[in-house]
Amino acid sequence: MTSTSGSILSAGSLRKEYGKGAALVRAVDDVSLEVARGESVAIVGPSGCGKSTLLYLLGGLERPTSGTVQLAQRRLEDMPEAGLARLRRRALGFVFQAFHLVDELTALENVELPVLLAGASPRKARARATDLLEQVGLEDRAEHLPSALSGGQRQRVAIARALANEPAVVLADEPTGNLDSAATTEVLRLFDQLHADGQTLVVVTHDERIAATADRLITMRDGRLVDETRLTGGTTRSVTQIAGFDG
Amino acid sequence: MPHATDQRTEQPAEIPAGGPLNGYQLRVVREVLLALLAGEASHGYQLRARLALALGPLAGALNDGQVYVTLNRLEKAGLVTSERVGQAEKPDRRVYELTTAGRDQVTEWLEDTSWPKPAPAEFHLKLVAAAAAGLADPVGIVDRQRRALLVGLAQAQRAALAEPDASVAALLLEGVVLRLQADLRWLEACARYWNNAKERS
Repeated sequence: MTSTSGSILSAGSLRKEYGKGAALVRAVDDVSLEVARGESVAIVGPSGCGKSTLLYLLGGLERPTSGTVQLAQRRLEDMPEAGLARLRRRALGFVFQAFHLVDELTALENVELPVLLAGASPRKARARATDLLEQVGLEDRAEHLPSALSGGQRQRVAIARALANEPAVVLADEPTGNLDSAATTEVLRLFDQLHADGQTLVVVTHDERIAATADRLITMRDGRLVDETRLTGGTTRSVTQIAGFDG
Repeated sequence: MPHATDQRTEQPAEIPAGGPLNGYQLRVVREVLLALLAGEASHGYQLRARLALALGPLAGALNDGQVYVTLNRLEKAGLVTSERVGQAEKPDRRVYELTTAGRDQVTEWLEDTSWPKPAPAEFHLKLVAAAAAGLADPVGIVDRQRRALLVGLAQAQRAALAEPDASVAALLLEGVVLRLQADLRWLEACARYWNNAKERS
């Protein structure tokens, strides 16, 4: 590779092992990958294949046994815990399957929180959170507690929160895992719009519908990357044929 | 009473027609036309517009003359009758009406539970045969198939997202997407089985 200037996030020979001796588990086994700025990448595979662990390593939530992660020109393995936490707040947005919203705070306050934690003034944080809720189509739900929102709406609040500090990369772990088909469509629309706006996205999922909206699809099995498929550009089949209408 | 069909008089432009679609027959078009006529007598153009609206971006699969050809056949089979109706400053048009025999066929069709797609036995046997004869790695065949379905799923998904709110065609596209998703889950099970088979041998 001649240049990695296009990469916002990269991993080199990442390994994560748990246990010892005969009980040794290689959750992530020699994984290297590059994510370009503005790209959306989906990582799929059966449960237990190591895809969530890989996402946590990429996001600096876990430390690898060996290998490197580089995010926005910073090498994570060289950073002390406090610096890593700061980088995570500034450069990353996380979206989880279980939403992880604070139940006692309104939708608006949930989105506002990371902006405040990053040191913005209350007035600025309020304005930013209001913009973000509007962006995810929930401006009329700003004063609702998470318990008063549907699953799809909760996840949209969580996505707004992930965007709070204009992250270089949004990392999502099974973002539609708890959602029905209609709510999945809500989240899909939102991801699609973020992607169109140039947001870099890495999504770990076993939901092929989410995976199918990515530019690039990476398949993991037993801790390794086993397949890569480019989903945008260069295809000629019509939707009619895909629907099986051509017999 | 105005009809929803009047709102969209042309097919969406997204889906290329012709080429590989030549010779295509939407399997149930006969019965669909009969069922639409059960509500009220209609002319061919009206029926065609209704189908186009329901199919949305998939309407490209509907051959232009197909509705008229099918109506003609239905008339010969005694399932519909037709009558020429004159129009001011326009050519006459033919209005079709359901016969009793046609009505019986619609009832039968509504009660029929046959489902269009057969079990994926052919692909399954392809894997079994490839492994037995040592012709190719079944996992490789599965991976290639997965890539093809995923690209298809991506396209169907994009077409679904491009539909406006409350579009009835989006519902059809959701069906296409969910079915491809089920196929992909089965392919994952195939990959697991043949991977393990490789390790066992």
